[in-house]
Amino acid sequence: MSILVVLEPQGDGLKRSSYEALTAARSIASGAAIHGIVFNATESQLSAAGAYGLATCMVVAGSEISSKQRFVAAAIAEAAASCSASTVIFSANAFGKDVAPRVAVRMNAGLLADCTELSGTAAQPLAVRPVYAGKAKLGVKSTTPSTVLTLRPNVFTAKADAASTVAAQAFAPTVDATMRSTVVTGVSKNEGSLEVSEADMVVSGGRGLKGPENFHLVENLAKSLGAAVGASRAVVDAGWRPHREQVGQTGKTVSPTLYVAVGISGAVQHLAGMSSSKIIVAVNKDKDAPIFSVADYGIVGDAFEILPRLTSRIGAITGRG
Amino acid sequence: MNILVCISQVPDTTTRVAVGPDGKSINSAGVKFILNPYDEFAIEEGLRLKEQHGGTVTTVTVGPDTAKDVLRTALAMGSDTAVLVKDESRSDSFVVASAIAELATDISPDVIIFGRQSIDFDSFVLPSMVAELISWPSITMVSSLSINGLDVTAERDIEGGREQVMSSLPCVVSAQKGLNEPRYPKLPDIMKAKSKPITERTASSVAPRVETLDMQLPDNRRLNRVFGDSDADLDQVVRLLHEEAKVI
Repeated sequence: MSILVVLEPQGDGLKRSSYEALTAARSIASGAAIHGIVFNATESQLSAAGAYGLATCMVVAGSEISSKQRFVAAAIAEAAASCSASTVIFSANAFGKDVAPRVAVRMNAGLLADCTELSGTAAQPLAVRPVYAGKAKLGVKSTTPSTVLTLRPNVFTAKADAASTVAAQAFAPTVDATMRSTVVTGVSKNEGSLEVSEADMVVSGGRGLKGPENFHLVENLAKSLGAAVGASRAVVDAGWRPHREQVGQTGKTVSPTLYVAVGISGAVQHLAGMSSSKIIVAVNKDKDAPIFSVADYGIVGDAFEILPRLTSRIGAITGRG
Repeated sequence: MNILVCISQVPDTTTRVAVGPDGKSINSAGVKFILNPYDEFAIEEGLRLKEQHGGTVTTVTVGPDTAKDVLRTALAMGSDTAVLVKDESRSDSFVVASAIAELATDISPDVIIFGRQSIDFDSFVLPSMVAELISWPSITMVSSLSINGLDVTAERDIEGGREQVMSSLPCVVSAQKGLNEPRYPKLPDIMKAKSKPITERTASSVAPRVETLDMQLPDNRRLNRVFGDSDADLDQVVRLLHEEAKVI
């Protein structure tokens, strides 16, 4: 019995969410081996993962498989069988949400999606997942011999132990070339902005900013923190900000270490998208705004007055801005 | 082109959730149910594909009798036919996905369209799960879509950008907000939809693969410390963020 963690390379190492998934795997392993599978990674990209509990990692090379979603899913299911994994763990990001359901079908496994807590064992993981946009949470387990999980990014803290070596093994899955698959042909990056769902800190602006021309106040505060810029639905619908920045029930769910809400009253749909943030700061001129009920630190007053002064104070500590 | 649009009925976004008597699901007393907001984009995309390529739009939901309300909305928007797969429990995603896969096998659509997620269980799993069950390709979180002959090209949202993808029909797609601007049904169409037939069917029984153990309300207790806008107050907030919360 073992756990297979699906890893994603980025820069010199792996995505932070991959280290989070490894840390979560370790928390339920109690002796079960932790294997990884990764597509198109070098040995040096894998080296830091040893400290997070990765012992052996199957490496699938070449874009022939990795650009095709159905081949990726088939390769992961085959890797799980080859290392007798009873649990397969993904991050609940765009890749994991897309591929994990396919792997679960191929393994005849129950899928526990977008989990925020994990306990139990490698043989029977128990998970908690938010539902109704975070207004409730369900305790869930699979009723099948194996389980596929996706873990919400930024929720499980990645913890490193002493460094140790990762044994990388080339893995060449059986390819059924007749399988029709979606193929990735290109990627375009959003210019210069941090991704709100991956950022460690987020500063969001709402209608209280009165117009798109005032968003530089939010951007400056975000810069002083090294934070991503988010937005409420109202300002996205008004066309002030792009949809990719929208936080809330019909936008992105975020769980940063610090969330700052500026000029956002706190509609229940917005609260759903950010209430799992670790620390919440609200700036609003209406002392009765619902956002204050979910805030750790609330500042009542005019955002136009407060933001520049807050930015310079924070910049003095962080050395940014 | 024959298009199957899969929709669901969910509690209104303003619903205050309370745990029901079984301890595992919401107390639905007094809850207003609506068409899942993302499914409006799915229905609209289905109608646009029909307008471009001809064919028919069939809309399906899996649920109890009361879920017919959302099928009537789809009919009023312009869906040709509506199917209710009767299932009171909808015990897990696999059960629902299997019911849709079975219908798809029976009616052989060229494309199946979902909303990117249903806002009740938020699991994002149905499009890929249905596609895998019927061995089709799928494209999730689609923000632009074009179909030429059998060729499908699309863009999908990923962290920090967009992915360009190619696929071929038959194919499953899930709609991201922004894919289109859903139309509002007109009053005469809403009236007409009330008398249109809704086909009812039942799905072969499959065992759920996920068991819900309990439902709890989140603990959202916060420090709730409130400050004014004086210099001393701002100094204090920044000091607390630095020294107490240790986030900066």
